Amino acid sequence: MATQHSRSAARLMMAPAVMLLLGWMLVPLIMTLYFSFKKYLPMRGGDLGWVGFENYARFVTSSAFWPSVYTTLVIVGGVLLITVVLGVFLAVLLNQPMWGQGVVRILVIAPFFVMPTVSALVWKNMFMDPNYGLLAYLWEFFGAEPVEWLSKASMTSIITIVSWQWLPFATLILLTAIQSLDSEQLEAAEMDGASAPKRFAYITLPHLGRAITVVILIQTIFLLSIFAEIFVTTGGAFGTNTLSYLIFQRVLESQNVGLGSAGGVYAIILANIVAIFLMRIVGKNLDA
Amino acid sequence: MARAVTTQRKIINTAAAWAVGLAIFFPILWTILTSFKTEAQAIADPPLFLGFDWTLENYSVVMERSDYAKYLWNSIIIAGGSTLLGIIIAVPAAWSMAFVPSKRTKDILMWMLSTKMLPAVGVLYPIYLLFIKLGILDSKIGLVIVLMLINLPIIVWMLYTYFKEIPGEILEAARMDGATLKEEVIYILTPMAIPGIASTILLNVILAWNEAFWTLNLTAAKAAPLTAFIASYSSPEGLFYAKLSAASTMAIAPILILGWFSQKQLVSGLTFGAVK
Repeated sequence: MATQHSRSAARLMMAPAVMLLLGWMLVPLIMTLYFSFKKYLPMRGGDLGWVGFENYARFVTSSAFWPSVYTTLVIVGGVLLITVVLGVFLAVLLNQPMWGQGVVRILVIAPFFVMPTVSALVWKNMFMDPNYGLLAYLWEFFGAEPVEWLSKASMTSIITIVSWQWLPFATLILLTAIQSLDSEQLEAAEMDGASAPKRFAYITLPHLGRAITVVILIQTIFLLSIFAEIFVTTGGAFGTNTLSYLIFQRVLESQNVGLGSAGGVYAIILANIVAIFLMRIVGKNLDA
Repeated sequence: MARAVTTQRKIINTAAAWAVGLAIFFPILWTILTSFKTEAQAIADPPLFLGFDWTLENYSVVMERSDYAKYLWNSIIIAGGSTLLGIIIAVPAAWSMAFVPSKRTKDILMWMLSTKMLPAVGVLYPIYLLFIKLGILDSKIGLVIVLMLINLPIIVWMLYTYFKEIPGEILEAARMDGATLKEEVIYILTPMAIPGIASTILLNVILAWNEAFWTLNLTAAKAAPLTAFIASYSSPEGLFYAKLSAASTMAIAPILILGWFSQKQLVSGLTFGAVK
């Protein structure tokens, strides 16, 4: 039983972390709210007074707004789908008896160590460049016309790059979960005549439920805010402008802090909708 | 009865797994190989895999062009400093959540994680202004603080999951023997928690090392880490593939080596302690 004494000690020990995060959340949030009601152009006159909801109205009616929300959701959804499906496949494959499992695991984890600026640059230049990229050679080799990946298939390209970065993470978590699966259960099912697809669908996949939830939760947090991959490759052009990147452009490129802050508030709202949705699922799944 | 695995099946598994593993690793391998080519060989048609004249020229050119040592040092200080500071603040918090849980513990944890969902870009300008006011724009200490704050929820979360696995009976026994709270933490919990703490540190060093929003937007010449070093190669002169590759290799090598040497802790860290 925790005593009164240890209770208050515990509260004291939690205080620094809670206070810091509270400050980290509230101070910028309040400042963002404050700026979002102002006409504020740092390079052209600075603070030009209160404007009510004008920034909000302007941001949401700008032609770039809804496409950016759509782009954000497509990138997050696309990457989640690819990494979870391929991750399950890879986890099952890596769990089979084989030679050199440790080395293969190292190879598979490696992309996670590569910083986003590097992977975006490498993919952009050395693989997706329509003249000198390896993919261009490959296409030519098979007699096809090289694709201008980042301009003509921009979303596919970005989703490919980001999926490559996050596949290791999904694979590892799913592999760890699969390894804890009771092999006797699978053997019993096999003896009872259950085919391999059935064993996978009725035993392995349900067992992975919790791990898949964790993958989705953590990846979503990181994917909602991807920045370097777009900054380095398309700079938001060719329909790849995510909500985050659009706000970045308003604040830093057009130097319109009021408008950008209103956009920031929208981004916070979007993140919260996704968060509530996620916490619902995860809260249930993680309690066990 | 254990299932006998036929050699034939094992061969097929091995071939398939190696093929997939090499395919995933290929972009990194290709970058490392290209870094040892001349610029002409780097864009040769057909592409050269191993049959080229190995050269270290690109590395010396990159070293000349930019002060790699400075960027590397900044990365080490920023990633290491933010992780250590985060650990110091998170250990007591995670400890109290794991061993003196209250009804609100789960809510606090969820709330902490939810602060990570605040889009960084939404608060970029306020932070930028604050940094100017405090005089810490383009300084290592500023980035140490910001990266500590963005990773703190993950650090607390991971430590909490690891601490929870330490059996409570041990603590009770210690308390019976008259151990104070401080002694409990120092002599019992910390040694048992070392593997978990190590995994947490590793993962967060990697996350901080690779963080590319705040490091790009809050630094200029002085405090820029390797993420900025490599971003300076994204200009139109990107056609110098061999030099780009050399710079990329230099930016990722430290963390790649660290990751491979500590694979076991890292694998456990990568699952955020949430999957067993």
